[in-house]
Amino acid sequence: MEYLAWLYYQYLLVTGIYVLEPWEKSIFNSVLFSAVAMVIYTSYVFVPIHVRLALEFFSAICGGQPESTMALMN
Amino acid sequence: MTESSANKLLNGDACRRTSSGQKASKNGFVKNHCLFQQPQKYRCPGEKNQHGAHNSSLYKRPFVESFEQTPLLVAVLTYVGYGILTIFGYLRDFLRHWNIGKCTMAREREEQKDFVPLYQDFENFYTRNLYMRIRDNWNRPICSVPGAKMNLVERVSPDYNWTFQHTGNVVQDVINMGSYNYLGFAENTGACADAAVEVTQKYGVGVGSTRCELGNLDIHEELEQLVARFLGVESAMTFGMGFATNSMNIPALTGKGCLILSDELNHASLVLGARLSGSTIRVFKHNNMQSLEKLLRDAIVHGQPRTHRPWRKILILVEGIYSMEGSIVRLPEVIALKKRYKAYVYLDEAHSIGALGSNGKGVVDYFGLDPTDVDVMMGTFTKSFGGAGGYIGGRKELIDYLRQHSHSALYATSMPPPVAQQIITSMKIIMGEDGTTLGADRLRQLSENTTYFRRKLCEMGVIIYGNSDSPVVPVMLYMPAKIGAFGREMLKRNIGTVVVGFPATPIIESRARFCISAAHTREMLDTVLEAMNEVGDLLQLKYSRRERAPPPIRWTSEESQLQD
Repeated sequence: MEYLAWLYYQYLLVTGIYVLEPWEKSIFNSVLFSAVAMVIYTSYVFVPIHVRLALEFFSAICGGQPESTMALMN
Repeated sequence: MTESSANKLLNGDACRRTSSGQKASKNGFVKNHCLFQQPQKYRCPGEKNQHGAHNSSLYKRPFVESFEQTPLLVAVLTYVGYGILTIFGYLRDFLRHWNIGKCTMAREREEQKDFVPLYQDFENFYTRNLYMRIRDNWNRPICSVPGAKMNLVERVSPDYNWTFQHTGNVVQDVINMGSYNYLGFAENTGACADAAVEVTQKYGVGVGSTRCELGNLDIHEELEQLVARFLGVESAMTFGMGFATNSMNIPALTGKGCLILSDELNHASLVLGARLSGSTIRVFKHNNMQSLEKLLRDAIVHGQPRTHRPWRKILILVEGIYSMEGSIVRLPEVIALKKRYKAYVYLDEAHSIGALGSNGKGVVDYFGLDPTDVDVMMGTFTKSFGGAGGYIGGRKELIDYLRQHSHSALYATSMPPPVAQQIITSMKIIMGEDGTTLGADRLRQLSENTTYFRRKLCEMGVIIYGNSDSPVVPVMLYMPAKIGAFGREMLKRNIGTVVVGFPATPIIESRARFCISAAHTREMLDTVLEAMNEVGDLLQLKYSRRERAPPPIRWTSEESQLQD
């Protein structure tokens, strides 16, 4: 718990919001929190799809080239 | 005479020059005549300035000065911090503009809305939105003698530093690490205070006239003779204000058609004086003799712009100890350059007089040089002597000229007699003319305290700037929030410090500045160091990446040198 308090203090100092008034602090914290939350959420939603697409693309390049040309010709 | 002495001084040192691809300069003057090695292109990666290596033959004692480079991560985070604060500053300004939230700051009146804006430049923005938030660290009222310990008036701010209220309580016995009380003469007891009281009863406090009218007392004459004797110069004159000594005398010395070469970190008084003089000002890098030499050579070769007439005078402005960096001027090299290029040197010993040298006679004494080599010796009585005012010492013709031409001699009220007496008594104590060893003890105590404090801080791993012998010890803080946090945390531990940020320093190099005094006892310093250690851990100030083993070399030997 003490470590967490210390960590929060460091966060206050490094970002500079130590000197801000409480309501400004809460604005900064909520903006930062929502940004981080959105990053996490979007990565949770979109990363699996991107990974799957990328895998398909690369496997198409490496493994399945003759098939695909055949498919094109047909 | 100057030529030959300069050559003698530089025997064997003159023509050491790297032949590594230095471009021949435009007009092709012979590079081999450079006094000092031209700047090396490759620096040591860790240090901004690797001092002490070159021209060591000019120094009688080791010259150790370090400016550890800002760690990259810290620099980036500092900028990020300023960025965040700036964004919030704009937000607050926006809210104030729409009258959401109270505005207690000066702003344009309604009927002046269409005039040129008064409060919209960056400095106003900075004061309003950054300085205001941590303003409680400055302008703290003191209600005792600012000696080694002092009492502070407790104050609280109900509205985040926009206004302050005194609670009526007094914070007792705060250790004073901020006053320029190098020799501890800021006292309300002792020989100086007694003498000052006596003189007050004889002369009163105010003089009510200038030196050239009815303000010239015998005590002033005595003071000037004593100062001249103390400095080892022909003649000296004193002024009632240290800042005005610089800003009013430089315009008397130089004028149009003269060139002033000024160190980039010179004090505001020197800068103001140089600007008032109307001379051309060129700035060389801090304590960088290659840069100074290049400017000197260019000035002599090219002369004045457009007309190419030679400069009427070239004046080099340097300080003894730079108060924000804690560095000591490389005076032997400055004097060698001055002799070689026939320039004049104006040495501001505001911080170094009394604080440096085995006899307390400033930076000239520290390097063991001849005071007559420096053309204008300027200094203040504010710091080491516990008084107020400044002096100028030099040749008799110079002083006589200044008495006739300097604004601060002609127009300023002369120094109050008790102040003059304080200076006389303290100076006599330093010189040992009071028949005691009190002065010598104080000088030794100061240098011991300085080496001890610097060594301990170095061991602790914080970044400190400056020369190892300088009693000004800047500790780097960097981040804007840490400026406020450091001052508050130290005051919580009953230690008064000075924290410094922009505009006194470059924007990322915020620092706390400790001024060591002879009045500090070892216990006080240990208390401060212990608190510093705690706060250093709390605020993560231990940035230093050098090996923890500090240079223990020379410590003992230097101390023994100072003792004799």
